[in-house]
Amino acid sequence: MLAPVTTAHYLVLSAILLLIGVVGILTRRNVIVLMMSIEIILNAVNVNLIAFARNLDQLEGQVFAIFVICVAVAEAAVGLGILIALFRNKETVQVDEIDLLKW
Amino acid sequence: MTETVFFYCFAALAVAGAILTVTMRNAVHCAISLIASLGGVAGLYLMLHAEFLFAVQIVLYIGGIMVLFLFVIMLVNLEAAARERQFHRSWVGGLLCAGGTGAMLAWFWLRGAGTLRLPPAVQPTPREGGNVESLAMVLFRDYLVPFELASLLLLVAIVGGVMMAKKRI
Amino acid sequence: MNFYLLTLIKMALTALVLLTCCAYAVWVERKVLAHIQLRPGPYRVGPHGLLQPLADLIKLLTKEGIVPSYANPFFYLLAPFLAVALALTAIVVIPFTPEFELFGVRTAIGLTDLNIGILFLLALSSLGVYGIAIGGWASNNKYSLMGSLRSSAQMVSYELPLAMAIVSPLLLVNTLNLREIVELQNGFHFGLLPKWNVFASPVPQALGFVIFLIAAFAETNRVPFDLPEAESELVAGFHTEYSSMMFASFFMAEYANIITICCVATVLFLGGWHPLWPAEYGSDLVPVVLLAAAGLMLLFHAAQAARRRKWDRFTFPVFGVLLLGLAPVFLIPVLKPVLIPFFWFVAKAGFLVFVFIWIRGTLPRYRYDQLMRFAWTFLFPLSLANLLVTGLVVALAG
Repeated sequence: MLAPVTTAHYLVLSAILLLIGVVGILTRRNVIVLMMSIEIILNAVNVNLIAFARNLDQLEGQVFAIFVICVAVAEAAVGLGILIALFRNKETVQVDEIDLLKW
Repeated sequence: MTETVFFYCFAALAVAGAILTVTMRNAVHCAISLIASLGGVAGLYLMLHAEFLFAVQIVLYIGGIMVLFLFVIMLVNLEAAARERQFHRSWVGGLLCAGGTGAMLAWFWLRGAGTLRLPPAVQPTPREGGNVESLAMVLFRDYLVPFELASLLLLVAIVGGVMMAKKRI
Repeated sequence: MNFYLLTLIKMALTALVLLTCCAYAVWVERKVLAHIQLRPGPYRVGPHGLLQPLADLIKLLTKEGIVPSYANPFFYLLAPFLAVALALTAIVVIPFTPEFELFGVRTAIGLTDLNIGILFLLALSSLGVYGIAIGGWASNNKYSLMGSLRSSAQMVSYELPLAMAIVSPLLLVNTLNLREIVELQNGFHFGLLPKWNVFASPVPQALGFVIFLIAAFAETNRVPFDLPEAESELVAGFHTEYSSMMFASFFMAEYANIITICCVATVLFLGGWHPLWPAEYGSDLVPVVLLAAAGLMLLFHAAQAARRRKWDRFTFPVFGVLLLGLAPVFLIPVLKPVLIPFFWFVAKAGFLVFVFIWIRGTLPRYRYDQLMRFAWTFLFPLSLANLLVTGLVVALAG
């Protein structure tokens, strides 16, 4: 028999997702994948918030998760806009090739 | 029992999708792995009795943000990028940093195994009108100012996105 | 009878009926379009082409399914499956009739009764874009890619007015459960005008209904918004490379989407199973009269000597007698509480499906920039205004 799921399970899962996201951000070259890694991290945060909301039987955690999603949406919109502008000017999406302050 | 099985299924989906996202070569494959991961997380929300967030996760994240990602990936030609190497030169350092963070978390976890005292999970109080209505009460009554600020943030994001992406304003 | 058995039976029945409806929607569409364009339409297979869907199915099943050599096989095969699965899933939350007693079990036609039904529908409709986007990308063909790019932009844009149009009737009924939404639209103004959300008392949602329908055309990729598959520009758009059952899946998904979205419009705006006018004035007799009239007309045409088509002499009387026999079924008191609401639901949804076809036969296709400008500068502000006015009036009245 499997042990029943506790809040700790969700916390561990959230930590794992966070680490995967950090690895993605620190090692990949592709800007789009970097932004996807940020989404993974934000999701890890959300899992954490909602797990605690369930644990404490309060809705504030869910409200905060909504705000986090809001921020994620804003980040994706502006980030992808920047990406398109970047691609138009530099013809590349690799972060380590974008190393000039001005061109 | 079924709850545990579901938890491990969704958790496996979320983690596997996330791992594939940071390792796949082709950006479209990354995006679709991330969609799978987000779907797994949405399932977890449902298990945590957050039905509204489940819907928001699917409508906004999977149906909105990820479509935007896919759109941009299809718009900018990434075939050259997929053929180049995927990890930049200092990937060892990055991996070490992430590993260090993970080790620290694990160390805390092991050292404090007995000391993490969460209050025991209470049964969710049945709220009138279900999750959506009670969430709306909290969001629009207690957190109205942050909500309005969030709308301002979104407005800024819209203007910023247009500014950035448009060739000539 | 236990719950699981009943659910299984209902699932099987719903799947059967929905798939048959999808197949015959194609036939109806071809017939209606043909008559709009003054030509007879499919006529060869069966009487008046009635077996045409079967013939199409056999043709599509026996064709070779080609995977282009440059395509990405996994996603190429995943896309049609995704499209049809998501399109067919949405039907589970639609309530077709009120609850009734069957062998001692309270049940209804309709599979589940989610208390977040609307959110579920929105979630599924927002996922619908993936079948098209992935299919177009995986085909590795510039026309397919253009089609899927257009469709992702279009569906994301039109989802906003769609969602806004859904929200305003929700403000009136104050629930997310589709069954409760229908039940709350019960009754009549002045004993005559139905209290559907289109005619709701503080703010009639007629504008919301129109916005919903327009956005629904775009969401289901129908003319005048069928840019993703614009034949004259993109060969066939996102399904250029598809053949055999994979193509049939996309086709089926499109029709399943139309049927579902018509059902949703019926539930949200047109009062679900509630009749158009009160039963005191004989709204229960409508199906009987309609069926009997249709049957009599067929018999009349069968007797007319002017008809020279070979098979009509046999098929017209057969169908006429069938329809005449079906008419009294709606008078049986035991079946009445199920069949009459079901008839009204199907009649409304069917009329909306007909409107979809009608518009396809009437309007030309939009240009892409017109499509986007229409969504963002006209439809979305209009839906927002509708939502704001509804919210204000509900707040002041409530």
